[in-house]
Amino acid sequence: MLSPVPAPLPPSSIDEVTVTYADGRRALAEVTLALGPGEQVAIIGPSGAGKTTLLATLACALRPSAGRVDLFGQDPWSLPDIALHALRGSLFLAPQVPPLAPRQRVVNAVLAGRLPQWTAWEALRSLVRPRELGAVRDALAKFRLEDKLFMRCDRLSGGERQRVGLARLLLSRARLFLLDEPVSALDPALAGTALEVLQQAARDRAATLVVSLHAVDLALARFPRLIGLRGGKVLFDLPRDQVDDAQLAALYGSELGESFQAPPTEDDARRKLTRCL
Amino acid sequence: MATLSTAPPIDPAWRSRVTWAVVAIMVLIPTGWLAEFNPATLWGQQSLRATGQFLATFFPPRVDLPFLDLVAGATWKTVAIATVGTTLAVMIAAPLALLATRVLSVSALAGGRMCTACAAARLAIRTILILLRSIPEIVWALLFVRAVGLGDTAGVIAIALTYGGMLGKVYIEILESGETQATRALLANGASRTQAFLYGTLPVCLPELMSYTIYRWECAIRASVVMGFVGAGGLGQQMELSMKMLAGGEVLTMLLVFVGLVFVADAVSGYLRRWLA
Repeated sequence: MLSPVPAPLPPSSIDEVTVTYADGRRALAEVTLALGPGEQVAIIGPSGAGKTTLLATLACALRPSAGRVDLFGQDPWSLPDIALHALRGSLFLAPQVPPLAPRQRVVNAVLAGRLPQWTAWEALRSLVRPRELGAVRDALAKFRLEDKLFMRCDRLSGGERQRVGLARLLLSRARLFLLDEPVSALDPALAGTALEVLQQAARDRAATLVVSLHAVDLALARFPRLIGLRGGKVLFDLPRDQVDDAQLAALYGSELGESFQAPPTEDDARRKLTRCL
Repeated sequence: MATLSTAPPIDPAWRSRVTWAVVAIMVLIPTGWLAEFNPATLWGQQSLRATGQFLATFFPPRVDLPFLDLVAGATWKTVAIATVGTTLAVMIAAPLALLATRVLSVSALAGGRMCTACAAARLAIRTILILLRSIPEIVWALLFVRAVGLGDTAGVIAIALTYGGMLGKVYIEILESGETQATRALLANGASRTQAFLYGTLPVCLPELMSYTIYRWECAIRASVVMGFVGAGGLGQQMELSMKMLAGGEVLTMLLVFVGLVFVADAVSGYLRRWLA
């Protein structure tokens, strides 16, 4: 990147945040953590630990039931709707399943990363004649997808779709990147390269990078700070050289024993079944 | 008990299926009485003779050149009324549907409730759409024949209003039944309503929207024929004259043109669907 690194924004944090879903399930319980500008953090933990919920909360895509969110020095949920939506333009949440419309072409799926900077008219014009084709090609090339520029998203493999979703990030001007299992569909070699590209992009923009990963070795190898999440609680939040085997064993250990839930009662099952064909 | 475990399982959906089938039959039979629908009257001596005499005049269809020229002009007019009317209907329906659909709600994004003013606006739009389509196009046509005089304009306005209401309602349903993941991801990353529609919703829903609009165009052709009977121009006006003169051959020719038109509409729809699939 030739453009100068933008000035870092104030830090962000969440304080005693609890998220309870409508069905009564508690996904996060009094989670507190701070994210410095330009910091790169990996979140690890077993399935159902609350990693996705934590990322969605940081992205203002989910309003916590209790606790405080502070993004770049602002409380998003006390902002008026318009200011909150403007703030969302400086956040980039990449869900684990890449949010690509099946009939959309790769070029437009990637350009969608620019939408917060565009007017509606510019967005419409770009559908007729794509803008910034060079930037899109360069972004795709970093994920070895440059030959897929004008292909339709539903003609791509799972791994290719995931990388298109990540290429969109390179077009985004966001300052806080929140990636949910960004390399889950990639082979180990490609996963390493993809993470390197994402981390370099975050450094170029002085943006904060938070990534949830199920591959612990990848998290240890690439991220200076690791947060262990289990049962909606932060088990540890440490620099990588202080994370030891005992902590990892506690994080993932006896998974079946504790997270095993009672099967639904016969009544529940019956009620659900009667509605189906 | 041993007997319980050996008995084959009972489909929990079975009882409700039988119940609903019985209810449906019990509702349908009285509606048949109310409508005084009695198939036996069709086979009465008198009706058979009257129908037979009228149908006998249908053959052969009239195909001399001056008449075909007349029919071609009227057909062209009918297609023009339907096309302009449907285009105007889309221009009424599309903006209203965009404003009213829940998929593009920014305020409902974070699992929260839609803002009160937005919900009220949505209700108002749905009410407008109901008003537009609850008045049949033939009633609109009668109204506008009085207002703007005999001719095509009345037919165009009638189709635009009624079909605007129908298209708007179905557009909303199509937008809300499609896969919304791409749209919501764009909104969560700071895209505006219009942008999220262009880059997330449209690529998902376009084939459905197109094929329903074309089906409505096909219906508009039929409707413009019916409205011709009340003086709103086109093939219907011609057909009414022929029927009054008991010129069955002319009626048959025009009916055949109808079938041809519907075939063409069907082919266009099928072609567009394949192209967009």
